[in-house]
Amino acid sequence: MRIRKLHALALIAAVFALALAGCGDDDDGDGGVAGDVSGSVDIAGVWTGEEAQSFQAVLDGFRAKYPNVTVSYDAAGDELPTVLATAVQGGNPPDLAAVPQPGLVSDFYDQGALIPLDFAEQEIRDNFTPGAVDIATFDGQVYGFLFKAANKSTVWYNVGLYDAAGVRPAETFDEFLRNARTLKASGTSAYSIGVDAGWPLTDLFENIYLRQAGPEMYDRLAEHRIPWTDQSVRDALETMTEIIADSGNIVGGTSGALQTDFPTSVTNAFKENPDGANVIEGDFVAGEIDASTEAKPLTDYDVFDFPSVDGSEPVVVGGGDTIVMFKDTPASQALVEYLGTPEAAEIWAERGGFSSANRNLDTSVYPDELTRRTASAIADVDTFRFDLSDLQPAAFGATVGQGMWQVLTDFMENPDDVNGTAAQLEQEANRAF
Amino acid sequence: MAAPDRTPDGKPGLWRRHRVALAFLAPAAVLLGIWIVYPAISTVGRSFFDRDGSEFVGLDNYEQIFTTDILITAIKNNAIWLAVVPALVTAVGLVFGVMIERIRWSVAFRTAVFMPMAISLFAAGVIWRVMDQRDPDVGAVNAGLAAISDAIDPPGTLSGAAASTEQLEGTPQRGLSFAEPLRSGDVAPLGLTAIPPDEVPEDAVQARAPPALDDGIVGVVWVDFLPGGGKSGVVERGELGLPGVSVQLRDPSGGTLERVETDADGAFAFVGVGAGEHAVAIGPETFAEPFSGVEWLGPSLITPAVMIAYIWVWAGFAMVVIGAGLAALPRDVLEAARTDGASERQVFRRVTVPLLRPVLIVVFVTMLINVLKVFDIILSVAPASSQDDANVIALAMWRTAFGGVNDFGLGSAIAVLLFLLVIPLLAFNIRSFRREV
Repeated sequence: MRIRKLHALALIAAVFALALAGCGDDDDGDGGVAGDVSGSVDIAGVWTGEEAQSFQAVLDGFRAKYPNVTVSYDAAGDELPTVLATAVQGGNPPDLAAVPQPGLVSDFYDQGALIPLDFAEQEIRDNFTPGAVDIATFDGQVYGFLFKAANKSTVWYNVGLYDAAGVRPAETFDEFLRNARTLKASGTSAYSIGVDAGWPLTDLFENIYLRQAGPEMYDRLAEHRIPWTDQSVRDALETMTEIIADSGNIVGGTSGALQTDFPTSVTNAFKENPDGANVIEGDFVAGEIDASTEAKPLTDYDVFDFPSVDGSEPVVVGGGDTIVMFKDTPASQALVEYLGTPEAAEIWAERGGFSSANRNLDTSVYPDELTRRTASAIADVDTFRFDLSDLQPAAFGATVGQGMWQVLTDFMENPDDVNGTAAQLEQEANRAF
Repeated sequence: MAAPDRTPDGKPGLWRRHRVALAFLAPAAVLLGIWIVYPAISTVGRSFFDRDGSEFVGLDNYEQIFTTDILITAIKNNAIWLAVVPALVTAVGLVFGVMIERIRWSVAFRTAVFMPMAISLFAAGVIWRVMDQRDPDVGAVNAGLAAISDAIDPPGTLSGAAASTEQLEGTPQRGLSFAEPLRSGDVAPLGLTAIPPDEVPEDAVQARAPPALDDGIVGVVWVDFLPGGGKSGVVERGELGLPGVSVQLRDPSGGTLERVETDADGAFAFVGVGAGEHAVAIGPETFAEPFSGVEWLGPSLITPAVMIAYIWVWAGFAMVVIGAGLAALPRDVLEAARTDGASERQVFRRVTVPLLRPVLIVVFVTMLINVLKVFDIILSVAPASSQDDANVIALAMWRTAFGGVNDFGLGSAIAVLLFLLVIPLLAFNIRSFRREV
């Protein structure tokens, strides 16, 4: 370990330890019946603002069930990775945490900081879609589960433009491309893409790759056990060109898309005189539409699942926050168990802005039709995979001007060079791993 | 407490002699030590270690600076910045400085030019980022160019349209023509698609394929699209004709014989064309695209675009400093030159500029240093997709160390390189300041 960083860590850890001193020694309750559990539990997460309030509501539900447990939530925001890593280094982590980065979860597992959730394993496996548990399963033992999930396998479309062109949401990729040509003939661009930083292209690639190459290959590629020069990668890039090389059918053409940021691409498709019909991105598009356009759900905009490629089964690429446990106390066990129940998910789902991978959640609690659809797709699907670029080291998977983001942006500029792009990806991956 | 006040030989001790000075210096020294000296030394040390600081790698990081494409681009761009911007800022400042001495509205002018200095470079960058947008509806610069361009070369009535079937050959850019040779009595269906509903003229009615003529060629130009696609190449119920489209009758060699405009139902007719083969075409002017905007923020123009924004900000600074220098010029020398018969131009070149030299050099060197460190304006003007092309050393340092790559070894090495490049300029500037004082 590097010396200087340790100094910094120690300093921050000391501050953190002081802050946590109040919730230090946990009582040794004897578990079992809800009312018997006592003590305190604290959980750290990224949720701030409205999300933090919703999570507080979930915790209120927990308190009602376990009146003798005091529970506190630390909203660490985007600094969560730093805060957690520091606290774990300093030997004083929170009891639980909700971590958005699977890479961080496996780092903590490697450091031996995580506690297996044996006590709740059966319940978790019964409730959650397998992919939501697999991401935190190491050596066959469950160490976490995806409490709040996000669906990135969605296509948002402009209902008016679809009606004018006389097309219906596509189920297969071929149909999707056919629709795109019809949309073009009707006088609109089919795709509104905001490449700017590059991450929308990684999501498109992942959706195609997972469907075309299958989940096993996806897992291998995610761990870099196959090179990026593999035929499957090149095939997926080839398929991608059907969309990204169709310059005449992209709002602003290729060069326009490269300079458009994501929010603008959403506005372009759903503003009053829309320029494009489809935005191929995750469930967060809905929030963006509501925030920056007048479009109304169902009548003006709607959503369908990313279409099947080469007859692939339904799969979902997504993201989300994983609950993990650092300290084994009856109170934290109780909270883990509670967060795994459908009733915990229900509290937040009703309030909106939440998708659950819990299969036993009654989907009628979602506040609107579109959330119900995108959220139940996560719970219902047999194959759920975490966003591949988020599973990579940040330098390769999540940095402006670097790694996947940049190489795929260059690829859009020069879509003929599939082999060169694959080689470039491999080179960047090697540098980061 | 018990420190001796005097050394054995009776003189006041070092501590006693300097304690007041030390007491005053200490806070500044401590803060400088913590925030400047320690980080600087630590950065130099860090630059010899690998990305996570665990392994000593010697000069590898420095080697990498000069072998990585992105970083070489950054160094090249910095060189271009150094060559172009300080000179331009000084020149513009000199011109403005001389101007405000002579024009009537000098206060208003001076305020307008100096205004950009009042906002942060980052905000100035954001303004220019919006002004430089490619879409003429958004970017002010392209909106101006579009107004000029569309006046010279007006866009066609059906820009963006495409042929609906293979029966039409050519491309919209070169004009579309009916593929089959036509003779008297033939009918030419010229179907077009990809026409947004709001581009169809309002007087358009249901398209109609006109009946064939004995001694002429007839046809129809229409929107060959129904929801769902429709049947291509056939006029169907619900498809509108395209009125006012100029259709050309050509002889087999390509020469245009006649032009007609289509009716409200899209029909057109060439009567009395005589025997022999003809061709029917829609000329490229119908499909001419409106001006689509210059890609200021694209990879090739991004550096000039950022430079313009930067000069816009700093011209005010140069103008004020040079203006002050001009005001302090000895008037008698200028008058003497004029009395001796020198023209205004000669006075400017031979008297004003040489006398202003020290001021010009201060402005120039200050700009050299600023330009070496240029960073935030590039970050705010250049969209992420062209930041690699707009890269400079300071930006490369930030992106390498903090922008997600988190390679603090390489980042430190870039910082040290930047530091080494700035030192000579700083030394020069300090020396020239001293000479003046």
